[in-house]
Amino acid sequence: MPQIFHPSANTLSRLSILVALVAAAGSVTIFYLIMRSPYQTQVKVIPTQPIPFPHEHHVRGLGLDCRYCHTSVEESSFAGLPPTHTCMTCHSQIWTKAPMLEPVRQSLASKKPIHWQRVHNLPDFVYFNHSIHVQKGVGCASCHGPVQKMSLTWKDQPMNMEWCLTCHQKPEAHLREKRDVFNMEYSPSEEEQLSLGKDLVRRNNVPVDRMSNCSVCHR
Amino acid sequence: MNRPMGRRPARAGCWAAALALVGLSGCREAMYQQPRYDPLEASTFFDDGLSSRPMLPGVVPHEDPRGAPPSGADEDVFYTGWKSGRLAEEVPFPVDRDLLVRGKERFGIYCTPCHGLSGDGRGVIVRRGFPQPPPYYSPELRKQPIGHFFDVMTRGYGVMYSYASRIKPRDRWAIAAYIRVLQLSQHAEVTTLPEADRAKLPGEGSTGEAAGRKQP
Ligand code: HEC
Ligand code: HEC
Ligand code: HEC
Ligand code: HEC
Ligand code: HEC
Ligand code: HEC
Repeated sequence: MPQIFHPSANTLSRLSILVALVAAAGSVTIFYLIMRSPYQTQVKVIPTQPIPFPHEHHVRGLGLDCRYCHTSVEESSFAGLPPTHTCMTCHSQIWTKAPMLEPVRQSLASKKPIHWQRVHNLPDFVYFNHSIHVQKGVGCASCHGPVQKMSLTWKDQPMNMEWCLTCHQKPEAHLREKRDVFNMEYSPSEEEQLSLGKDLVRRNNVPVDRMSNCSVCHR
Repeated sequence: MNRPMGRRPARAGCWAAALALVGLSGCREAMYQQPRYDPLEASTFFDDGLSSRPMLPGVVPHEDPRGAPPSGADEDVFYTGWKSGRLAEEVPFPVDRDLLVRGKERFGIYCTPCHGLSGDGRGVIVRRGFPQPPPYYSPELRKQPIGHFFDVMTRGYGVMYSYASRIKPRDRWAIAAYIRVLQLSQHAEVTTLPEADRAKLPGEGSTGEAAGRKQP
């Protein structure tokens, strides 16, 4: 009986195993790269807003505190976005003719809220709460980056589970005194941070051993 | 929000995975956008597009959203600054050091942009063209009962908008008490200062005006 396969089939079969392996590894790598790319995480992607609101001018230029606009950040899960009324406390008197601010004036006149596009949006199966982070001394800048330098708001950190956990497993690398939470220029040296952080973990009773339990964020 | 920008569901990842292992295309997005509203999320169900519904007439809140008055405080005074047509002369609950510290912090957040750190009415927004408010140490404002400051924050005054939606009544009282502190600090009699502080004053302070006010 003649052989069914030519001897070259040996090479072919080895080659195809190799190709399959490379393809599998390749697609895993591609999967990994896509998951971490800005396309997936939206980091540094600037959504188009109805009004080009500059944090840079309001926070750094005028020295406004975050809480002037994000009123509920200290006591609620939701930081709060400023209603039209808040913009108009100033813009009823200054920059009243700027075309850029036309949507604000229209919103006041028609009583229709401004439709801001969300920069951050966790999936609905994740529970997040601002107030506990503020109360325990996590600064806005640790999660939102240099907001005071943003002429348009972008997302500074990936906000995926891995990122949350790097801090939940080692919070001492980030904690500050409560009075510095809203200080956007705060930058201690590494040793200062670690010794202060360890001290704060103790003083604020931060339960480091329990903070990575699944039920903290998935409830 | 119609189109969540914050992150994408792992759609691209799913396609890559599905291509790699045909059959693993079962990733679903339903868990990312669950059928419930986040705060301020737009609604497609209601005509006005708001997911937080306005109160119907006659609804009695289970708990006052403005925060309960401290025990013993008069409710009318606590929430409005008025009692039977007269402005309150006193804070309707005991004032302690913590309240003043709180008042100072809140004043710093909400009022300094226009009224300035010392209440002189020359804050940064005023320097950018906002009408200038009167200084707190003006004779008229020093004569006002403390309820007036509470009332100004609650209902607004002239071109100044109301702050009632941003500052809870307790904090508004804390700020009002702190304004009294500012008035005092900008109008202290030199003779009432402790010896140590008096020694630090520049020159002769015989007019009774505080040193802070004379410096530009
Ligand atoms: C004058 C009002 C104002 C002040 C002060 C202000 N913000 Fe904002 N902030 C806004 C507005 C309006 C938006 C929505 C438009 C946008 O995303 O740019 C916003 C959006 C944001 C967002 C993105 C929210 C999202 O997910 O869509 C973050 C984060 C933020 N602000 C952080 C801060 C921090 C931190 C500070 C203090 C350093 C601050 N803001 C001070 C008005 C303000
Ligand atoms: C506390 C006062 C204050 C509030 C509140 C405020 N602004 Fe402004 N805004 C200013 C001032 C002052 C300027 C002029 C900036 C400057 O001179 O640097 C300005 C400038 C702007 C500009 C023009 C920016 C540029 O390119 O220079 C926009 C747009 C704007 N504001 C939007 C908003 C919106 C939207 C809100 C509400 C979320 C808001 N502002 C709330 C004081 C305020
Ligand atoms: C531990 C990280 C962390 C810290 C600290 C933090 N934020 Fe956030 N912030 C987030 C996340 C995550 C979201 C998205 C929440 C969501 O999608 O439900 C967010 C959303 C926001 C929003 C949009 C509205 C909302 O609540 O969803 C604003 C405004 C905001 N943050 C402002 C602030 C300010 C101001 C501070 C400083 C007091 C601050 N954040 C501190 C992580 C943080
Ligand atoms: C920079 C540090 C840091 C980051 C980043 C961070 N956290 Fe936290 N988180 C903390 C600290 C500190 C606490 C306080 C824990 C305590 O004392 O109970 C906390 C507490 C919490 C709690 C409340 C726990 C409870 O017992 O109620 C939740 C929920 C939470 N974090 C969710 C998240 C999520 C979701 C993310 C990512 C989007 C995140 N955190 C990112 C530091 C961080
Ligand atoms: C500190 C908060 C935190 C803790 C603790 C946490 N997670 Fe998560 N988890 C997240 C966040 C945030 C996301 C959303 C990630 C994203 O947007 O890509 C997530 C996503 C997930 C997903 C979905 C992944 C996807 O992309 O579809 C699974 C599954 C999951 N977590 C399981 C767990 C398990 C199991 C544990 C316990 C071992 C756990 N998580 C603990 C924050 C947390
Ligand atoms: C956006 C700028 C601005 C901010 C912020 C602001 N004010 Fe005013 N305020 C004014 C102006 C302007 C006037 C003068 C109003 C007029 O006479 O039309 C005024 C007037 C006043 C008066 C005097 C009323 C009278 O009898 O003459 C008081 C008291 C006062 N403000 C308190 C406050 C307090 C307390 C806060 C913080 C919660 C605050 N203001 C925040 C602009 C501001």
